[in-house]
Amino acid sequence: MATPVIDTLTGERAGKAAPAPRNGGRFSVHFAHYKWLYLLLLPGVVYFAVFRYAPMYGVSIAFKDYVPFLGVNGSPWVGFRNFEDFFANPDFPRLLGNTLILAFLNLGVAFPLTIILALLLNEVRLSILKRTVQTLVYIPHFLSWTIVASLSFLLFALDIGPLFQFLNNVMGTHIDFLSDPAWFRPLIVLQEIWKNTGWGTIIFLAALSTVDQDQYEAAIIDGAGRFRRVWHITLPAIRSTIIVMLILAIGQMLNTGFEQIYLMTNALNREVADVFDTYVYFVGITQGAYSYSTAVGLFKSLVGIVLIFGTNWLAKRFNQSGLF
Amino acid sequence: MKIHNTRGGRIFDAANYVFLSLIGIITLLPFVYVFAGSFATEAEITRRAFFVWPEQFTLGSYEYIFATPAFVRALVTTVLVTAVGTLVQLAFTVTMAYPLAKKTLRGRNVILSLVVFAMVFSGGMIPTFLLVKDLGLLNSYWALILPAAINPFSLIIIKNFFQELPAELEESAKMDGATEIGILWRILLPLSKPVLATFALFYAVGIWNDFMSPLLYLSDNSKWTLQMYLRQVTAASDLLGTGNVDPNYIPPEQGIKFAVIVVATLPILIFYPFLQKHFAKGMLIGSVKG
Repeated sequence: MATPVIDTLTGERAGKAAPAPRNGGRFSVHFAHYKWLYLLLLPGVVYFAVFRYAPMYGVSIAFKDYVPFLGVNGSPWVGFRNFEDFFANPDFPRLLGNTLILAFLNLGVAFPLTIILALLLNEVRLSILKRTVQTLVYIPHFLSWTIVASLSFLLFALDIGPLFQFLNNVMGTHIDFLSDPAWFRPLIVLQEIWKNTGWGTIIFLAALSTVDQDQYEAAIIDGAGRFRRVWHITLPAIRSTIIVMLILAIGQMLNTGFEQIYLMTNALNREVADVFDTYVYFVGITQGAYSYSTAVGLFKSLVGIVLIFGTNWLAKRFNQSGLF
Repeated sequence: MKIHNTRGGRIFDAANYVFLSLIGIITLLPFVYVFAGSFATEAEITRRAFFVWPEQFTLGSYEYIFATPAFVRALVTTVLVTAVGTLVQLAFTVTMAYPLAKKTLRGRNVILSLVVFAMVFSGGMIPTFLLVKDLGLLNSYWALILPAAINPFSLIIIKNFFQELPAELEESAKMDGATEIGILWRILLPLSKPVLATFALFYAVGIWNDFMSPLLYLSDNSKWTLQMYLRQVTAASDLLGTGNVDPNYIPPEQGIKFAVIVVATLPILIFYPFLQKHFAKGMLIGSVKG
């Protein structure tokens, strides 16, 4: 590679790799020495500026009356009007309720199940079984929500869906899982469990593998049974992992997952299905209320940040290790 | 360690093994059902509620979908976008990770902090949509690739990996007159093949599975990807009051839905063993502090 990069600094120190100029040197010298590295850095920096930071700046339209041909900068400021409109809107309590209920269901059902599954897998000493089950339960994590939704549509469909038929033939009951609003939340949680519980065990299994084995031997000598050992040794040992994962899960609580909810929403279950994420899409993208829906999105992120800091603070209050 | 197994312990083990095996089977059952259904006749699907082996084997559903231009177009599009997108994302990530791995580079800490901040906070759906629109990327496949060109998590993991490679390698290469780009290309990249392969797979799975970007950015249905097509085939016939459905659309027969799901799933299942080999390790590398 005949690149003219044999720079002055290396040239002077014949045969030896040049020591990198330290912080004391002039920036122009530093830059000249590292110009190829800065060049390599350029695409990434441009990416972050354009696709990550420009939208953050674009959030300012939540406080404006965004007019497309005036752009983000040209549109007039309106203060908190978009927020006031949202809080006064009858959609607000419904959205908040739907979002929170789904979030707590996921947190209250899917999260503990992940830990239980990890504990059960950890008790398996037949390594072939352990690996097989792990392999199987990780798979759904890598499938798209479109596939999960499609599978649900087939399995739970009216008339020819296997579950409908089973209930019809065995129990004599008819349930229209897909359009009955009462079944929306159970289906969402079920999908979440099927898709992500197995994957979620990875981090807990990693934590479990570090538990000090001597403690178990001591406990066995003291006569502790299987469940007592789990309760008094295993669980305390992974407590900090559980807390960190819980804090992260709470921080993500309001992110109910756009794709999943969107795909499962239909005209009949709208009342229970609408959450912040899908509302932002319907109002913003399909109806063009950009400023208003940006305000909704911003409100959602702020509540998420408050939740994550709040939980972290609580975790520390109770003398547990927090996240930060 | 030796555990003295009591009778209760053995009963627990047996119950646990049975239970976990059941969990594994239940997880897999929907696929088996769809896979079997995709090779079954329409009559059998309607008649038998649930089966994992078709009585009468047929390729009819596959013949039908591969003769449907809209499906073939969606499939080819998705394959191409996934391939190009993965290369672009890898290139962006690697070129940025390499300079950031040099501790002496000035401005490095500022850039790293900005990267970490971007992990926590984002502009959200609407500002990102408006940006893509203003850049003229609506209805362009680049809208599926560029906004996600770098995943900050992957960037940091790859950066940490580069940082942990022995510095002597680079020094000796420099003595032989290699340039920075030469070092990256000829020394670091060959050494990081397994790590890069892992992230390539993760990126590829992400693009292949992406539903939100095409939904937001591709309104022209001749440009739809496989996930959009799948959504239309399996869900549009019913009560979706959510727009984006072609008005001239005729609900498909059941077998076709099965076959489309299989085609959308198969690449993931084929690559899954390669993914699985690496992801646990990848997550561990990621948790090492940089």
